[in-house]
Amino acid sequence: MSKRIIIDPVTRIEGHAKISIFLDDAGNVSDAEFHVVEFRGFEKFCEGRPYTEMPGITQRICGICPVSHTLASAKAGDALMAVNIPPAADKLRRLLNLGQIIQSHALSFFHLSAPDFLLGWDTAPAQRNVFGLIAANKELARAGIRLRQFGQEIIQVLGDKKIHPAWAVPGGVRSALSDEGRAKIRAWLPEAFATTKVAFELWKKTMETHQREIQIFGNFPSLFMGLVAADGTWEHHGGKLRFTDSSGSIIADRLDALNYLDFIGESVQGNSYLKSPYYKPLGFPAGIYRVGPLARLNICQQMGVPQADAELKKFKKLGHGAVTSSFLYHYARLIEILACIEYVERYMDDPELSSDYLRADAGINNLRAVGVSEAPRGTLFHDYTVDRNGLLQKVNLIVATGQNNLAMNQTVAQIARHYVRGNEIPEPMLNRVEHGIRCYDPCLSCSTHAVGQMPLRVQLIAPDGSVLNEAMRG
Amino acid sequence: MAVKTLTIDGRPITAEEGATVLQAATEAGIKIPTLCHLEGVYDVGACRLCIVEITGTTKLLPACTTKVSEGMEVQTQTERLRNYRRMILELLFAERNHVCAVCVSNGHCELQTLAYSQGMEHIRYDYTFPKWNVDTTHRLFGMDHNRCVLCTRCVRACWHIEGAGTKNIAGRGATSKIITDLNQPWGDSDSCTECGKCVMACPTGALFQKGSTVGEMVHDRDKLEFIVTAREKKQWVAAD
Ligand code: SF4
Ligand code: SF4
Ligand code: FES
Repeated sequence: MSKRIIIDPVTRIEGHAKISIFLDDAGNVSDAEFHVVEFRGFEKFCEGRPYTEMPGITQRICGICPVSHTLASAKAGDALMAVNIPPAADKLRRLLNLGQIIQSHALSFFHLSAPDFLLGWDTAPAQRNVFGLIAANKELARAGIRLRQFGQEIIQVLGDKKIHPAWAVPGGVRSALSDEGRAKIRAWLPEAFATTKVAFELWKKTMETHQREIQIFGNFPSLFMGLVAADGTWEHHGGKLRFTDSSGSIIADRLDALNYLDFIGESVQGNSYLKSPYYKPLGFPAGIYRVGPLARLNICQQMGVPQADAELKKFKKLGHGAVTSSFLYHYARLIEILACIEYVERYMDDPELSSDYLRADAGINNLRAVGVSEAPRGTLFHDYTVDRNGLLQKVNLIVATGQNNLAMNQTVAQIARHYVRGNEIPEPMLNRVEHGIRCYDPCLSCSTHAVGQMPLRVQLIAPDGSVLNEAMRG
Repeated sequence: MAVKTLTIDGRPITAEEGATVLQAATEAGIKIPTLCHLEGVYDVGACRLCIVEITGTTKLLPACTTKVSEGMEVQTQTERLRNYRRMILELLFAERNHVCAVCVSNGHCELQTLAYSQGMEHIRYDYTFPKWNVDTTHRLFGMDHNRCVLCTRCVRACWHIEGAGTKNIAGRGATSKIITDLNQPWGDSDSCTECGKCVMACPTGALFQKGSTVGEMVHDRDKLEFIVTAREKKQWVAAD
């Protein structure tokens, strides 16, 4: 029998996390488990409901990425009706997703992660947060907050919940981009570009000073999965699924999300609540894959926009084939922010976004459909089975955080291995493990808490199950 | 026609003989909350939201089915009435499954509007969470029993305005259910003319156009009044 350390959140917030670190008999870390509590009962709630309500229902299951759920759900709806949505609707949904990626990545980078690498790991937790960042670098903190507002503004202009609940609907979208909205978004662009410039400079310095973190924060071979365009360009809403390995080779391509059960298996880990997906043909654990910004950049050949493409070239040089360090999720996030802003800029000159032909109409033409979209954190699947009248019989959602679960486990284990010695629970380990999880920007209320750290409870348990040591934090 | 004089909330009012208290009040610009009342069809007094106090009787009477009489003294806004109205609304919410945030009628729902206007802040009764189904077998329309308040406006619109007699009510009490024909799926109904008048009549998100998503279902009740006025008075005037 081996010992295990359990890190458990003290406050039971919805979507909380718990970490177990397994020690072998010699007291070394052998493995780790990051437990995510899924929102349960949700699938049951949907059963019997018309599929047309799903974009509205699913956007309420997650307060952190409602836009992503709405988009995946609307796409599943399109597929149930077997329609091609009007081109303007596709562009508008994309614009919404760009806004969502910008705001989510800005939150992750500036509010949640930058305090760690700017203020230093061992700064007191009370300062190592966005307020500490404001004190240390007011301009940067402000710019980050503003960049997030820019993304939120796009969402508000298009699909604000109060104005247009469930704006993305099966068959298209409910309203176009208004001239006023276009002007608003356009006005933000110079500032948004300027902020990314500052962020890139900051990041370059961070990489120089954080070589150790690049080495040990989740640096391991794995597969990468995400959507990619037919010509290998970065995608976030259309395209097909691709898997690459850590040498950068494509191992599966042009996969249709509808058949995800053929290539994604779900293993249940120990006493984890979450099913951990893996690439089926390689089996478990060889089929571990990562999703999200790092994966999307690894699987694509180009971003499709000039400034982000220049950065992508530099990014790709950090790996041999694929970039394998999860610490570089941060870098990937910045590149995606830049790409998103460039794409938004393009859309601002596209008259089609004002079109009033926005919605295709049809009855039920498929009894099962899978909607897939790239959420900021990674690929999101909505799998719906309906009866002939469009009432849901079965719902299955695969979220990004779930798909990254196995990689998060490895990341925690890798970091812990460097910091756990004997029965001690060192504070530096907690800070770094917390950050290791943050690299994936998991969608947990506790991890996105802008102020302060994740509340953690650490238990050191002997092989016989008795608690040797306990540390509380938060 | 004979004219009756009465007071509503202390205001002297005249009304035609045979008029209801609700009609007299509306004519005088006094607003009484209603739910099962629908312009264009007869009243049944099903929801009891329009209850009023009348001097000389301790019973609370529905304004929509109570006729005016000479010297009548009507109160529409007492504390007692407000309490009962709130209670009725709370019971309606507790009786079925109303999830406004994801409802097709969110923002355009008479029940929801009433709850706001009557100051319903929370529901003091336990939700019953009954199991009701959604019928989307019809080509054009859907019926979600979870959101039905059993006001029978759809039934009356179907019988009285369209004359098809498709919609009906079956069962008793809270387990009553709006049915089509002989309690069969709406899509199998022989009598339904697909006119959609029941959908227009519905105060809630129970009846909806298929394909509607959150907050998209706006019931066009004025159209019903327009048809009835046109038929009965030969006047084709759009309601304002
Ligand atoms: S019918 Fe009205 S009260 Fe009921 S859920 Fe819908 S909006 Fe809310
Ligand atoms: S379906 Fe609508 S109109 Fe018919 S009884 Fe129910 S709530 Fe009233
Ligand atoms: S409106 Fe009078 S009882 Fe319903």
